Amino acid sequence: MSDPIDVILDRYRAQPGPLLQVLHAIQAELGYIPEQAVPQIAAGLNLSRAEVHGVISFYHYFRRTPPGRYVVQVCRAEACQSMHSEQLIAHIRNRLQIDFHETTPDGAFSLEPVYCLGNCACSPAMMIDGELYGRVSPASFDAVVAARERKS
Amino acid sequence: MSSTLYVPRDAGALSLGAEDVARAIQHEAAIRGMELVVKRNGSRGLYWLEPLVEVDVDGKRYAYGPVTVQDVPELFDADFLNNGSHRLALGLTESIVHLRSQQRLTFERVGVIEPDSLDDYLAHGGYLGLRSALSLKPAEIVQAVTDSGLRGRGGAAFPTGIKWKTVLDTQAAQKYVTCNADEGDSGTFADRMLMEGDPFVLIEGMTIAALAVGATRGFIYLRVEYPHAHRALTKAIDIAYEQHYLGENILGSGHRFDLEVRLGAGAYICGEETSMLESLEGRRGEVRVRPPLPAVKGLFGQPTIVNNVISLASVPIILAKGADYYRGFGVGRSRGTLPIQLAGNLKRTGLVERAFGITLRELLYEYGGGSASGRPLRAVQIGGPLGAYVPASQFDTVVDYETLSGIGALLGHGGIVAFDDTVDMARMARYAMEFCANESCGKCTPCRIGSTRGVEVIDRILAGVDRAGNVQLLEELCETMAEGSLCGLGGMTPFPVRSALGHFRDDFMKPR
Repeated sequence: MSDPIDVILDRYRAQPGPLLQVLHAIQAELGYIPEQAVPQIAAGLNLSRAEVHGVISFYHYFRRTPPGRYVVQVCRAEACQSMHSEQLIAHIRNRLQIDFHETTPDGAFSLEPVYCLGNCACSPAMMIDGELYGRVSPASFDAVVAARERKS
Repeated sequence: MSSTLYVPRDAGALSLGAEDVARAIQHEAAIRGMELVVKRNGSRGLYWLEPLVEVDVDGKRYAYGPVTVQDVPELFDADFLNNGSHRLALGLTESIVHLRSQQRLTFERVGVIEPDSLDDYLAHGGYLGLRSALSLKPAEIVQAVTDSGLRGRGGAAFPTGIKWKTVLDTQAAQKYVTCNADEGDSGTFADRMLMEGDPFVLIEGMTIAALAVGATRGFIYLRVEYPHAHRALTKAIDIAYEQHYLGENILGSGHRFDLEVRLGAGAYICGEETSMLESLEGRRGEVRVRPPLPAVKGLFGQPTIVNNVISLASVPIILAKGADYYRGFGVGRSRGTLPIQLAGNLKRTGLVERAFGITLRELLYEYGGGSASGRPLRAVQIGGPLGAYVPASQFDTVVDYETLSGIGALLGHGGIVAFDDTVDMARMARYAMEFCANESCGKCTPCRIGSTRGVEVIDRILAGVDRAGNVQLLEELCETMAEGSLCGLGGMTPFPVRSALGHFRDDFMKPR
C-alpha cells in the first residue's frame, strides 16, 4: 500500500502554491498533521521544513495533535457574546470538564474556539464536525452532546 | 397531482433544524400517501422565521414559519399544501412586510431558486450579464462597472471599476481574478448566504471580471468555517464546466476562464487582501507592503483582481440591466444597494438589502424589532471586530460610507451587531485587543506587540490601577497602532477601543 501522505503530495504537487491544499488533505485524512510528516511534506514540495512548520503553526485550523472523535467549535466572537455565549462557554467547559484546545480523557470531544461561523443571526452558534447549530442553550448543547455520546 | 414545497438548506436554517423539518414533511406525506416535491432553496434571510417552509400553490409561494418537527402533522391537518390557515401561516412570501420593503438586487434570487439548478438560475435572469459582457470590449465592461458607482463591499469601499481598470491596463501574460470569501467579521453572513443560495451569480460575476481584464484563471478563497458554501460552490462550478459557462471556450466565445475554490484555515487576517494572496500561494498569511498594489503585482506576482463576494455578485445585474439602473439606487457617493446584516441581540435578525440611505434606527427597530432580550439597546458594533461601537444616541445616523465615517465609525462589510444594556463596554474593548493579539500575522510591531500591551493596559484599568494614567496610555497606544500598523488589523483595532472609551467611559471607571 502506498503511503497516504505520498498519495496526497502526488495529487497536489503540480498545482500552483499547493501547501495549504496538501495540509487540508492530510488533516482530512488523518485528523491532524503529525510532526513526522513535516520532513516528508517539505521534501515532496521542495520546501524547507521551516517553511512547512511555519505554515502549520500560522493557521489556527491545522492541528498538530489527534482530535477527539467529535470536534466542538464554539463561537467566541461579538455577535455570539451579545447573546451571552460566555455563559454558554462556561457551561460547556463544565459539562465536558475541559478547556479550549483540550480533549476529554475518553477521547470523545475536543473543544476549540472559533471566531465566527457566519451564523450571527442565530447566536450563539457552534459547529460539530461541520454540522452547524444556532441559538444554542445549555440545554440544547447537553442534548446534542448526549446524542453524540450514545452514538460512540 | 403532486405539490411542491421549499425547505431551505442554508446553513443558518439547517442550524435551526431545517433538515429534520424536511425529513418530517416527507415522512408525513408518505404516511398520508401524498406526493410531494421538496425543493431545497437558500434562505430568504428572515432568520427569526427559519426554518421557513414555502408551499407553491398555482405558482404562488406561501410561507409558514418558524416550523418545528412537531408542527408538521398539524400543518398537514391544516392543509398547508393548499395555503390552509394555521398559526404559523405568513401569507404570500413576497408580501411579508420585512421582505416586501427591501430592494433585492444582488440577492434577488437567494431563497427563491434552487442553488444547484442552472436551469433555475437561467429562468430567473441568470447569465444575462455575461451575455451582455460577451458583446462588449473589455474597456466597455470596465466602464460600465465604473459608471455603476459600485464600491468594494468587503469593507474598503474602493471603486470596483477603478481597480479593474488598473488590472486591464497592466500588461502581463497571465492575470488572475480572485474572490475574497474569507468573511471573518462577526455579525456578517451575506457572503455565506449568497454562496449557498445563489452560487452561479458569483461564478458569473467572476467570469465577467475575467473578460473585463483579460484574466484566464480565478480562485475563490473561502474560509474553512463555511463547509456548506464550499459544497454549494463546488457543485455549481462543476455544473458550469459541464455546460460551458467555465473552461476553455465559454459559450463558444473563444474565451477561457478556469475557476476553483481554495480553502483558508482559520486565520482572520487572510481577509486582508495581500495576506489572502500569500495564503493562496500556500504561505503564512503575512501581509505584504503596498505598493505594489495587487492590481499591478498580485497573485504569483501577476496583475490580480481581488474583490469581495458581494462586489463580484453585484456585477451581473449591472451588466444585465445597465450601470444607470444600479446607480439609480443609493445616496451621494454610496450608490446601489447594500446587503445589511442584522445580528446579535435583536428580535428579527437577518439580511436587509436596501438602497443606501436608511438610518440605523430604522434598521434596528423597524427591521430588527429592538432587542431580543426585551431590554434597551445600548450600542451596536458596525463593520465587524475592527468597527466602531455606536451608542444609542447616534442611532439616527444614516448608514452610508461617508456619514458613518463622519461620526468616526465605518460600514465595513455591512454587519451590525446589537447589544442590550447588560453589555460591559470595557470588556468589549479588551476583547478587541485580545482578538487582534490572537489574529495578528506578526509582521509589524504596532499590531503584534501593541495588541498584547493593549490587553494588559485595559486589565490594569479594570483592576483600578492608576486609571487616569492607564487610560492616557491606552489612548497613546491606540494612536501608535492606528498610525503605525501595516494593515487594517492593527490599524483599525483602535476603532472599537476608542469608541468604547469615548462613548462609554463610565464602564472603564466603575469599581469592579
